[in-house]
Amino acid sequence: MSQDGHESGGVNLPADSVGGVPADTVIEARDVRYAIDGRPIFAGLDLTVRRGLITAVMGPSGTGKTTLLRLITGEICADQGRVAVFGRDMATLRTRELYATRRRMGVLFQNGALLTDLTVYENVAFPVREHTDLPEPLIRKLVLTKLEAVGLRGAAELMPAELSGGMARRVALARAIVTDPEILIYDEPFVGLDPISLGVILRLVKQMNDALKITSVVVSHDVHEIATIADYSYLLSGGKVVGAGTPAELARSESPTVRQFMTGGAEGPVRFHYPAADYATELLGVER
Amino acid sequence: MRANRSLEIGTGLFVLLGFAALLFLSMQLPANGLKFFLSKPVGYEVTAQFDNIGDLKVGAPVRMAGVRIGQVTRIDFDTNTERAKVWLRINPRFDKIPMDSSASIDTEGLLGGQYIAISPGAMPTYLTNGSQILETQSALVLENLINKFFATEANHSPGSKGGAEKESKQ
Amino acid sequence: MSAAARAGVLEVVRKTGETGVFFVRVLAACIPALSRPRLIIEQIYNAGARSLIIIMLSGLFTGMVLGLQFYDVLNRFGATEALGTAVALALLKELGPVLTALLFAGRAGTALTSEIGLMRATDQLTAMDVMAVDPMRHVVAPRFLGGLIAVPLLTAVFTVIGLFGAQLIGVQFLGVDHGIFWSQAQSAVALKDVTEGVVKSVVFGAVLSLIAVNEGYHSEPTAEGIGRATTRTVVASSVMTLLLDYVLTAVFL
Repeated sequence: MSQDGHESGGVNLPADSVGGVPADTVIEARDVRYAIDGRPIFAGLDLTVRRGLITAVMGPSGTGKTTLLRLITGEICADQGRVAVFGRDMATLRTRELYATRRRMGVLFQNGALLTDLTVYENVAFPVREHTDLPEPLIRKLVLTKLEAVGLRGAAELMPAELSGGMARRVALARAIVTDPEILIYDEPFVGLDPISLGVILRLVKQMNDALKITSVVVSHDVHEIATIADYSYLLSGGKVVGAGTPAELARSESPTVRQFMTGGAEGPVRFHYPAADYATELLGVER
Repeated sequence: MRANRSLEIGTGLFVLLGFAALLFLSMQLPANGLKFFLSKPVGYEVTAQFDNIGDLKVGAPVRMAGVRIGQVTRIDFDTNTERAKVWLRINPRFDKIPMDSSASIDTEGLLGGQYIAISPGAMPTYLTNGSQILETQSALVLENLINKFFATEANHSPGSKGGAEKESKQ
Repeated sequence: MSAAARAGVLEVVRKTGETGVFFVRVLAACIPALSRPRLIIEQIYNAGARSLIIIMLSGLFTGMVLGLQFYDVLNRFGATEALGTAVALALLKELGPVLTALLFAGRAGTALTSEIGLMRATDQLTAMDVMAVDPMRHVVAPRFLGGLIAVPLLTAVFTVIGLFGAQLIGVQFLGVDHGIFWSQAQSAVALKDVTEGVVKSVVFGAVLSLIAVNEGYHSEPTAEGIGRATTRTVVASSVMTLLLDYVLTAVFL
């Protein structure tokens, strides 16, 4: 998390209001408030993720995108409000139920978060071995299928340290889908990738969603990349949703905040680091 | 699999070595432990009986002409003779101690620990494992000594100190 | 009391509480961790087998130095026969457990801290947690148990090698009788002395492993943070070893 979260409290656009709760909702956040060391990250966040869609969560750095992931996976609990996954409030689950819920989710971390002392093969096999007693031949089949899906079957015996950033993320993707999760959450999947790797990951995200019918949540600030695959987008700022809709709707938005973010991204595509987005935010704060 | 094998072997060696060391420490080293190795105590053991051993302790040195030749390994009370029985382990280098040598309990310095002093005799046969030293002198008990000293001083008897000492050495 | 001092005291109290809570969580995770013995074996290897060379070398030289020093001192009283006693008791009760603990903190403790810290910094712990694998059970508890098992074994090896080192100097070089050396050592050492050494080493093993995994687990997820956590492990381990050594010695005497 960065230290530039001093978003002026003035951002006070009406939050996205979803009337009622659709039946195919898998993740739902209602009036979520959360503060770290007294600094508010979320001040009344409302968000709905529907089954089978790719939902993008965008926003400048420091708006708590990663915090949102941790709320969804139940690592942390909201100070107020409710975060429900599969209709169950994550804050009220006991450890056993929490773990049962987490087995239905997969998370792709920013840098893959592969276990450094295991080979690529063992990394992908890890959740299977931990949660099932499948015989080795079956595990092998399962792992190789998933590695093939991300195009890295040939790298099975490499160690994570021998992989490039893009490859590591693909291995992590294979690991995330090996247990056939219903939800797949991507944390900044495009950061730090060269254009080719980025294109590969982008296609994979779309593929996973289409082929495996996995509900996807993509947290990113790469507005343009995400716009090509997202079915629905949320734009966060100042701890609230300041804009929501399909990518096309967002692009047409009249809201100055939304426009600033969308065009800010267009002027200088964010590749490796946060500063570009931060700069835009900062300028925004000064202007107002 | 290869890496696993060497890991298992390494761990196994380490654990075995560790337990061997623990076993050595707990079984072989303590005096009251079971002995399989380092088991033979060196030297030979002789016994001696005393009327009063005073403050003598197990582990006290056995000296001859001031040189340490062994140590006290066990002290017990012999109910038949009603005397204290002391076992002395003598270093095997000193295997020519005459049979008729005498043992006395002396004190190192005025208040130091007590030890057993052996004064050699003249017989051509020597002490061996299980021998008993027949001629012994008991410990000087300091309190008795002082009492006697003051008693004789009170009588203004000259040379009382030597007398008191002699009397106590029964 | 100034606000800064109050905050400092509060921080110390909080840190103590954090370690205490963490300790309970580690202990609770140890039982389920036993179902994966391979992970514990790996950690015994990492903490124990890989420290063996340094422990054996240090033990040998410690024993040799003790042989020289005690011989010199005992010689002044004409009691060089007591060399075995002096060396055995010194190694068994004090130097074995304490030096092994200090070496363990430097060799294995720092490795544990930086390893766990790095796993934290690269999101590996979070990733496990999200994959519904409890990192306490899968990462922390096996490392704690590995250290707990390794330290007493390392201590025993250190002590035995030290005894033979002292014997090498005392008997081979300085001319103390071989039989006297060992019989003196045996006659003076009671089972209670061995117990004292073993209890100390078990306590040190538990405390040092706990400190190492705790510092790693709670380290700041940056290169600098891991470095600081490693330093704290060494400092805290050394201080706790010497402090607990005093307490345990006082209890045993």
